[in-house]
Amino acid sequence: MALDVRRIRLDFPILDRRVHGKPLVYLDNAATSQKPRQVIDALTAYYIRSNANIHRGIHALAEEATAAYEAVRLQVARFIHAPSERGIVFTRNTTEAINLFAHAWGRSRLKAGDQILLSEMEHHSNLVPWQLLAKATGASLAFVPVTDDGRLELGKLDALLTRRTKLVALTHMSNVLGTINPIQDIVQRAHRVGALALIDAAQSAPHLPLDVQQLGADAVAFSAHKMLGPTGVGVLWAREELLEAMEPFLGGGEMISDVQLTSSTWNEIPWKFEAGTPNIADVIAFGEALAYLGRLGMDQVQAHEQELTLYAYRRLREQPDITLYGPDPHTTPRGGVVSFNLQGLHPHDVGTVLDAEGVAIRAGHHCAKPLMRRLGVAATARASFYIYNTLEEVDRLLEALQAVRSFFSKKTAKVGS
Amino acid sequence: MVMEQLDELYREVILDHFKSPTHHGELPGAQVHVTGSNPLCGDEMTFHLKLDDGRLSAIRFTGKGCAISQAAASMLATQLEGKSVAQAGALIDALKGLMQGREPAAGVDLGDLEALAGVRKFPVRVKCAALSWNVVEQGLKPQRPAHS
Repeated sequence: MALDVRRIRLDFPILDRRVHGKPLVYLDNAATSQKPRQVIDALTAYYIRSNANIHRGIHALAEEATAAYEAVRLQVARFIHAPSERGIVFTRNTTEAINLFAHAWGRSRLKAGDQILLSEMEHHSNLVPWQLLAKATGASLAFVPVTDDGRLELGKLDALLTRRTKLVALTHMSNVLGTINPIQDIVQRAHRVGALALIDAAQSAPHLPLDVQQLGADAVAFSAHKMLGPTGVGVLWAREELLEAMEPFLGGGEMISDVQLTSSTWNEIPWKFEAGTPNIADVIAFGEALAYLGRLGMDQVQAHEQELTLYAYRRLREQPDITLYGPDPHTTPRGGVVSFNLQGLHPHDVGTVLDAEGVAIRAGHHCAKPLMRRLGVAATARASFYIYNTLEEVDRLLEALQAVRSFFSKKTAKVGS
Repeated sequence: MVMEQLDELYREVILDHFKSPTHHGELPGAQVHVTGSNPLCGDEMTFHLKLDDGRLSAIRFTGKGCAISQAAASMLATQLEGKSVAQAGALIDALKGLMQGREPAAGVDLGDLEALAGVRKFPVRVKCAALSWNVVEQGLKPQRPAHS
């Protein structure tokens, strides 16, 4: 194992929990990760010792809180290899980060005839904001198709990229299939036609080394809560000159330089985009999450999840009544997400019985309904891994799936008799 | 305890309706076709309603879903066929009450649908059961006399 998982598990109090009398097996990490004690402690410590509003106090607590909050901005910049912390804007989540960019960059720039290129594998959070933008500006949407095995059809990319394309907004890693898209190559091709590239890194930032400069992206969005941090914190990184040129998203306190009765001037970036009192406590606790991941090393995190994914994929593929979705992780780069269906059963029924066995997975459309339609299913079951999961837990999933089969076959046998 | 609750959720009559649903399919001559979906799982269900003199003379449903939603649709169609629009409204009200633990009003027979009482213990699954009657209710709305 690439990570010392036994030691890691000691840092996560929730993993000691029992669910319905069974030890919890938490395989819903693509929805949200669990939090280590270090993050929980930082949250409490902030409220016990340092709570104050930031950027405006002249007292010691305000200075401490401001310094701690701004230190995390620098940590985030280093974590994603951004050139400086001036490009880091704190939001509530990935969704708000994408909406911020769509609104502040798109509304004043796009017009009828322009095009935004997305893909068929996007999460609703990287789809609906662009639908709203298209409706408001008259721009149109185009989509990179997805192959049967869940990869982008990149052979069609050059035909889709035209002089009309102003923005390419793509997921780095599919939350349903785990597919890791070749962002660097796509961004280069987007830039060739003069389009910008926004990357939805909600699933990649927590699970692999992320280097926004190497990707060449113009903007990147992700959430703290999927990477050991608290809920309520998201990040938009964008190239500084873009942020400089963009109008504000929300207006109010904090984001101004001067305010007259009928007009105002804006604060510098990134504060121009952080109207109102931000989520100070959770941002500060997010710093502990980043430090935790930094100590493990993101290449080690990815290697650990790769091992779990390959094992789960192989074990599930052996089962004749299980359909797996997404590319073969042996041949295509893929993160720690495995979507599947059990023949004859709806994933919700599977999920309910797995839960009774203490195994937490996600069942549903995973906020990617267009992708579900493309795959020809209404819903899938999804197991997703993180740093604290073990091969034994994959075995527990397999055993629990056996319990699902026997529960429904016993029942239906009685019905038939 | 959870296994008992699972047995309550998946009563045999529910799995029976799931494996061999009645009233599943198209309905030529139906005047009302109404579709709804469960936003949680994306399941879609369409009810086809044939009305004669204010009565639901025939009902069919199409669409795929989980055991709970499919069984609920099958049992609902069985119970509704032949009922007046007003009786259908009363049955749907009773089913909504069932999900909140209320007894049905006097004179309302839930039939097999009573087996859905166990769904209450699984709050996320209530929407699976409720999909069918929400769809039918929507379809019958124009048919119900306006309150005077």
